[in-house]
Amino acid sequence: MNKKLLALLKQNARLTNAELSAMLGVSEQEVAAGIKQLEDEGIIIGYSAIVNEEKADDNAVTAIIELKVTPFKDRGFDDLAHTIMQYEEVDSVFLLSGANDLSITITGTSLRKVALFVSERLAVLDGVLSTTTHFVLRRYKEKNHVFNEEHSDERSLVSP
Amino acid sequence: MINYDEIIPQKIRDIQPSGIRKFFDIAQQVEGVISLSVGEPDFKTPWAARKEAITVLEKGRTAYTANAGLAQLRTEISKYLNNFIHVDYDPTSEMIVTVGGSEALDLAMRAMVQPGDEVLVPEPSFVCYSPIITVCGGTPVPIVMTVEDRFILRADALKAAITPKTKALILPFPNNPTGSVMRRGDLEKVAEVLRGTNIMVISDEIYSEMTYGGEKHVSIASLDGMRERTIVVNGFSKTYAMTGWRLGYCAGPQPVIKQMLKLHQYCIMSSPTVSQYAAITALTSCREDVDHMIEEYDMRRRLVVKGFNDMGLTCFEPEGAFYVFPCIKSTGMTSAEFCEKLIYSKKVAVVPGSAFGASGEGYVRVSYAYSVQHITTALSRIREFLEEMGH
Repeated sequence: MNKKLLALLKQNARLTNAELSAMLGVSEQEVAAGIKQLEDEGIIIGYSAIVNEEKADDNAVTAIIELKVTPFKDRGFDDLAHTIMQYEEVDSVFLLSGANDLSITITGTSLRKVALFVSERLAVLDGVLSTTTHFVLRRYKEKNHVFNEEHSDERSLVSP
Repeated sequence: MINYDEIIPQKIRDIQPSGIRKFFDIAQQVEGVISLSVGEPDFKTPWAARKEAITVLEKGRTAYTANAGLAQLRTEISKYLNNFIHVDYDPTSEMIVTVGGSEALDLAMRAMVQPGDEVLVPEPSFVCYSPIITVCGGTPVPIVMTVEDRFILRADALKAAITPKTKALILPFPNNPTGSVMRRGDLEKVAEVLRGTNIMVISDEIYSEMTYGGEKHVSIASLDGMRERTIVVNGFSKTYAMTGWRLGYCAGPQPVIKQMLKLHQYCIMSSPTVSQYAAITALTSCREDVDHMIEEYDMRRRLVVKGFNDMGLTCFEPEGAFYVFPCIKSTGMTSAEFCEKLIYSKKVAVVPGSAFGASGEGYVRVSYAYSVQHITTALSRIREFLEEMGH
């Protein structure tokens, strides 16, 4: 049940327990217990809205920054990742395979602020060898949600 | 000047446009309508089937196929039916690949019905049966199904409707618009009435994969003595989300299929070639997609049923297709009034039950071939509507 519950919540975390219980064919208590278990086990770590930043704030800029870093002895990449995580501007931090090591997503209120963050905060960190900044030009889909869904349903309004 | 009234026969002019059509016209005039009114899946055709169609086009396979359809497709359909409804059909003589299930229905009736014949049509049901029967010169005889009987065809109602003129029975389950299904026990009773008669069954099983609950779909053709008196109609539209590809099929006893094939040959030649190739892929490689879609529908079904019951519009538990059929009698409105007011005041489109036969009055058909998000938004608007109407 928890697997299906998780799939539903990943798609829409605002479904009520009553709705979830109907969809899964279990009681509301079971849904509540399932959610609690997923939270307690750290499988669900939080809930947040998927925001169309362009509509929410005209100037908002999102950038994906890839870093090449030197891993520290014994602690690998974790130390540096933990340092970077502390910055509020940082939305996500991933360790990657391939040519670059860390990938960071940040959202800033202006292009300049993002640029300053990279040059003054990230590039200067011990262990950071180089940074590559990619600005996001347009969002099409995020977390399985499509932005600007205009012609999504081409079916006729009413059909037999 | 030419007189079209003399040209068009009275029986054609008398055919009423479907009640769904009328409602479509209303819905189209209202800006920003959110609909729960479509009779087709919201999913896209599984990618493997689409890709096969692209490949086939690249290879230039654009000619007619054999009249009855590609041999390989018929073989796959035969395997599928064997596995799914446990009936053996010879792909070379007992099967036709048609332009949707609709063409198969039309062929079956044109091959069998002649003036003076009566054809039994359980109602509420899909809108096309009666007009086709009428055009063939037959008389559609409705058999009322009620919520008390879970909207299934009762054997005694069937028995009471049979006369010496009865030629055929339409068996439309899983049912559009009610979502009802006939379980094995229900079908056994109907079969018992039909065995030993000279009545054919046209079993419209287009929604058969969308059967929920523990038991799978049962075809009347699989019951003792029924294969020889049943034309099974099915297709790819609903199961594989392939409505626009226009591909269905029928299977049945050779003496009838042989006659139907002649009609098909003269009016269609052969079903769309690209669609037929895609359908082979659908049958051979898209099972997982189908299972996923069915699981989705089932979740939405429970959500919608609960939604209506919670707002006080009692809704019997449908076990098939992708429709629910809540009762709106407690609002004091007719189906048509309810739907018109709902669309004008809350911009939600559902279909009046009366569009599916007189016995659908007092109900509305709600499709759940929509995303959960869409469904919950529409349900909350219907809830507001009822509150504002003082319900």
